[in-house]
Amino acid sequence: MHLDPILLLVQGLNGVQLGVMLFLMASGLTLIFGVMNLLNLAHGSMYMMGAYLAASLQQRTGSFLLALVLALPATFLIGMIIEAVAMRRLYDRDHLDQVLVTFGFILCFNELVCILWGPQALFMALPDGLSGYVILLPGVIYPSYRLMIIGSGLLVAVLLYLLVMKTRLGMLIRAGASHREMVGSLGVNIKLLYTLLFGIGSALAGLAGMLAGPILSIESGMGDPVLILALVVIVIGGLGSIRGALLASIMVGVADTFGRILLPPALASMVIYLLMAAILFWRPKGLFSANG
Amino acid sequence: MNRLIGLIVTGVMLISSSVFAADKVKVGYLSTLSGPGASLGMDILDGFKLGIKHCGDKLGGLPVELVIGDDQMKPEVGVQVSTRMMEKDKVDFVTGIVFSNVMMAVAKPITDAGIFLISANAGPSPLAGAGCMPNLFTVSWQNDQTHEAMGKYLQDKGVKRLYLMAPNYQAGKDGLEGVKRYFKGEIVAEVYTEVNQPDYAAELTQLRAANPDAVFVFYPGGMGVNFIKQYAQAGLKEKYPLYTTAFTTNQAVLPAMGDAALGIINASFWSPDLDNAVNKKFVADFQATYNHLPSLFAAQGYDTALLIDSAIRQVNGDLNAKDGLRAAFRKADFKSVRGAFRFNHNHFPIQDFYIRQVVKDPNGVLTNKITGVAFKDHADAYHGQCTMQW
Repeated sequence: MHLDPILLLVQGLNGVQLGVMLFLMASGLTLIFGVMNLLNLAHGSMYMMGAYLAASLQQRTGSFLLALVLALPATFLIGMIIEAVAMRRLYDRDHLDQVLVTFGFILCFNELVCILWGPQALFMALPDGLSGYVILLPGVIYPSYRLMIIGSGLLVAVLLYLLVMKTRLGMLIRAGASHREMVGSLGVNIKLLYTLLFGIGSALAGLAGMLAGPILSIESGMGDPVLILALVVIVIGGLGSIRGALLASIMVGVADTFGRILLPPALASMVIYLLMAAILFWRPKGLFSANG
Repeated sequence: MNRLIGLIVTGVMLISSSVFAADKVKVGYLSTLSGPGASLGMDILDGFKLGIKHCGDKLGGLPVELVIGDDQMKPEVGVQVSTRMMEKDKVDFVTGIVFSNVMMAVAKPITDAGIFLISANAGPSPLAGAGCMPNLFTVSWQNDQTHEAMGKYLQDKGVKRLYLMAPNYQAGKDGLEGVKRYFKGEIVAEVYTEVNQPDYAAELTQLRAANPDAVFVFYPGGMGVNFIKQYAQAGLKEKYPLYTTAFTTNQAVLPAMGDAALGIINASFWSPDLDNAVNKKFVADFQATYNHLPSLFAAQGYDTALLIDSAIRQVNGDLNAKDGLRAAFRKADFKSVRGAFRFNHNHFPIQDFYIRQVVKDPNGVLTNKITGVAFKDHADAYHGQCTMQW
């Protein structure tokens, strides 16, 4: 088993890329859970819808970029519709009720994509300029598309930070996380705020799906394994903390990647859960508190 | 006297009712029709229905009532649905069964109830060996066979250092065992990844560092789409030739892989371009009916329908003649899309295996083309442990 520094560097990049992908999923999930106290399992379905919509749009328009530009607001809209129709009845309910309803959504969406697009997996092409690879250092070959994913994820992290910390909307989000009733009684339209927030979270998940489309199989149920990883990430990072989600995603991505290459398969699949247990043992509420 | 006549008439009726042909045949189709495995179950069903159509919309001259059930790839659901099919719907045959885990659960309950189970896909090794059953017939293959064909091809080709990858479940392990049964060179690494793992970046980086002569993988369904796409995108295809089986590069998933799949060499018992009259008709009609080329799964479903048709014909529609049906199944007197077809004594096929390559047909559609033969009249490795003789 060779473990020279070049190999470690590439695997490290792989870990970061996986982490960034997870961050896109986890950031939306942690916002929704942290601010609205809603355990949303249908988040994985938004990931899937983003991928399916982008793939179809790419087939119709022939352009990857155009597909992204159109599919993103579409996922945002779908998120807002689901919120208005079903999710807003769940804020005052027990987490178990929320799990039941959102799990039902998973089943519905999994069947819906089969009905709309058939049971076969869809094809999504890599954008032309990014289908090759870059030689970062001698011996370090890395696919350009994956570098783009790392870049996009970090850009989203920065944008989210600016949104939450520097805008009025962000201020309302943080205030709503601390004390919902107070914000409502101050005349803020808390209902609209929540709908927007759910839309943003869904769009983030959809974006993760769209970016993953060209490298992964676009099929019914594709969101479920990613959802599980995202849940582990937000628990480690601290519910409601975007900073926590970023740090935890990178940790989980790197841990999972190195676990898979260093350990036998049975142990490798346990690594992230062991990591979660260890972090929770040290810090029961996760790495950061909400609004961090 | 009247009493005697009455008794004789009743007796004659009782005897003759058992040789009356049934008025229809009820077939239970139990398969995976939802979730990631759904496309296989649907494909087999499409092939099966086309087979019934080609037999005159009947099986063995009897109108068909198809009872369709979804096992959701879960053994316990498979048992529930098959029980319902046998007790409530009173089916005469059960067929389908995509996944080996479901097959292992339903094989005994169905066959013990005296119902024939005709597997159109799953062929786990225990049921080919010591666990072979008189009422179970597997039309497709035994799970290891296709992988053995590729192992033999690689051995004959003179590959020295082979890298193996598969998902970490029974079928993955069986697949790599099959390859190792015939490939005797150096196995650089045997890597098992998590089932339904989406991203292989880490494993592919390790592969590049290991620098093998060739790579063999078994990744069915969506896992295959992920792997092949990522393999090509990492620039590995040119340097490390990839070899696999039809389970990874079949017609059902090729469209989702795109050009990433071009040129990949794979093994199969069947190919759309197999040159015999039955296959040509099957492929042409399938394309016309469903607007895409059939996969090997559809071909298996088609052959299953033809087999059942031939068996019912042999007993003149008398579905209660179980021994007669069994003998008819064993005879397998039908023209298969594979050409000749025969069963081994363990009720698994003895058949040829081909080497194919993924190419683009004149219409630009990705498909497979036969480039050679790996095995002629290949029996599975487990039949010696089966004690059935006939």
